[in-house]
Amino acid sequence: MIGGGLLLLICLAALAAPLLATHNPYLGELSDRLITPFWNSGGSMTHPLGTDSLGRDYLSRLLYGARISLIIGLGTAAISGIIGLTLGLVAGYFGGRVDMIITYLISVRLSLPTIVVSLAVVQLLGGSLNVVIMVLGFILWDRFAIVTRSATQQIRSQDFVKSAQAVGCSTMRIIFKEIAPNVMNQFIVIATLEAAHAILLEAALSFLGVGVQPPTPSWGLMINQGKTLLFFKPWLVTIPGVALFVLVLSINLLGDGVRDVTAPEQRN
Amino acid sequence: MNDSASTILELSDVVRTFSVSRGIFKKKTKLHAVSGVSLSVQKGQVWGLVGESGCGKSTLAMMILGLLPATSGRITVNEKALHQWHQRNLSRLIQPVFQDPYSSLNPRKTIGQIVGLPLRVHEIGSKEDQCKKVKEMLEMVGLSPRAYDSYPNQLSGGQRQRVAVARALIMRPQIVLCDEPTSALDVSVQSQILNLLIDFRQKLDLTYLLISHNLAVVEHMATHIAVMYLGRIVEMADTDSLFANPRHPYTRALLKSVLLPEPGKRVTDPNLGLEFPNPFDLPTGCKFHPRCSEAMPVCRITAPDAATSPGGYVECHLYSETSTQDRNIDHSKEIA
Repeated sequence: MIGGGLLLLICLAALAAPLLATHNPYLGELSDRLITPFWNSGGSMTHPLGTDSLGRDYLSRLLYGARISLIIGLGTAAISGIIGLTLGLVAGYFGGRVDMIITYLISVRLSLPTIVVSLAVVQLLGGSLNVVIMVLGFILWDRFAIVTRSATQQIRSQDFVKSAQAVGCSTMRIIFKEIAPNVMNQFIVIATLEAAHAILLEAALSFLGVGVQPPTPSWGLMINQGKTLLFFKPWLVTIPGVALFVLVLSINLLGDGVRDVTAPEQRN
Repeated sequence: MNDSASTILELSDVVRTFSVSRGIFKKKTKLHAVSGVSLSVQKGQVWGLVGESGCGKSTLAMMILGLLPATSGRITVNEKALHQWHQRNLSRLIQPVFQDPYSSLNPRKTIGQIVGLPLRVHEIGSKEDQCKKVKEMLEMVGLSPRAYDSYPNQLSGGQRQRVAVARALIMRPQIVLCDEPTSALDVSVQSQILNLLIDFRQKLDLTYLLISHNLAVVEHMATHIAVMYLGRIVEMADTDSLFANPRHPYTRALLKSVLLPEPGKRVTDPNLGLEFPNPFDLPTGCKFHPRCSEAMPVCRITAPDAATSPGGYVECHLYSETSTQDRNIDHSKEIA
């Protein structure tokens, strides 16, 4: 529940970014370049986390950057979740040849190195928020598919599926209304893992310069722009790094919490 | 049986085989789950289908429900072949009650949703009607209306089985197929569920097909009994004559194996040996001969024909007219 609380805090901060940000994240004063955060000598509360090399307020950029990270996480988990869930349910329910084809697709996907493929595709299509979400969404569905498939196989053999068939339910209804709710536990846990994974991947892509393009405030991009000054102004890298760490940790903790709570045996 | 009795379900020479691969390099072998079952069920009868695990009872049940096509043979429901029925229409006539109430209820749905599912699928009545009907049905099976909004894991095994019965009966089917309806329940609850089923038989004019390996359960309910062994019905009779005069050696062994609730009484040895025959490699002749205490030479060579017996038939050389002669011939061969 700590994870949930932290995540909620970050979400609120991201939503309220226009209210909380003291400065425009896109506009800097070149005369205010590289001001240190308030805890260093020379820092002030006008720029609590200092400014970057273009004189933009770091706190404001961090807040707006949270939006980008959360959108990436949610968007990617949604797209890859829908793909993976559908494939997994279909493979697990029908078995046989359908299962063979989908398992083959999963193996193909697993043999592609995520970061290299996304680098190549983003390079080809040009980096933008939408492209990054789409690319990651179409790459990260493998774990959803694997987990849903095996969960479906287990549930499929239960008698309530037989009795739904005997009642005359359509196959679609059985898959999506009878079986799908039973794999939701596992689905939510994987969704949180993959959201965190996507956020990190986006940061990596942006760090490599092919993800979200400047001047959009993305945490990965902030780290990238700060890396040249790593030895002189280390906080340029540490602050977005810590933010990334806290966000990913909170999402993962939330996933663990959800798994503990939603086990059907514990429901009352 | 009265005059209005009509055949509601008829099986003729139903066969089901499965192709099973045993290892990558081996050829697929055929498993004969059901081999030539014929059965004719009249309206209002209660048929008990007994036999040990693996004899094809549940496969037969799946076929009657229309969930598994028969390899060959005919199943007719209300004088219409099963494959001509649309599953939706068939499901209004035949409903199952499964063995394990822990796996037959969707753990993610409320009892109201579970019992109301057939009504929703078949779009019977408005939402309020459905809700009312479900609550009536819950009351009929002896559950409190409070159960409507609870989840299956909040109910006991007996209550869950009542829910399963309610779901099967809500559409007022004509045939209810109970696949071991009590074997997953505590002994104290078993009789409650059986009595519930008996009540509904009269109230709703139902025909039951009761699958069980427990003869005591079947005796309590059934009007007719079919004994299955390795995919065939080896003896068929009405309950009274079967219990009074079991003819097939396998039936006698099954009767011996019924556990009695008497402390101190040892488990009786049904004299069947310990080995269940390999269904991939069926014995020749009468399939029961390797375990039969009364096996004769002829049993190893030819499968017995059905010999009529009081209220049914029995497939055993002991009662077969023709095979008596065969037996003599066999003996003479041995001597020669």
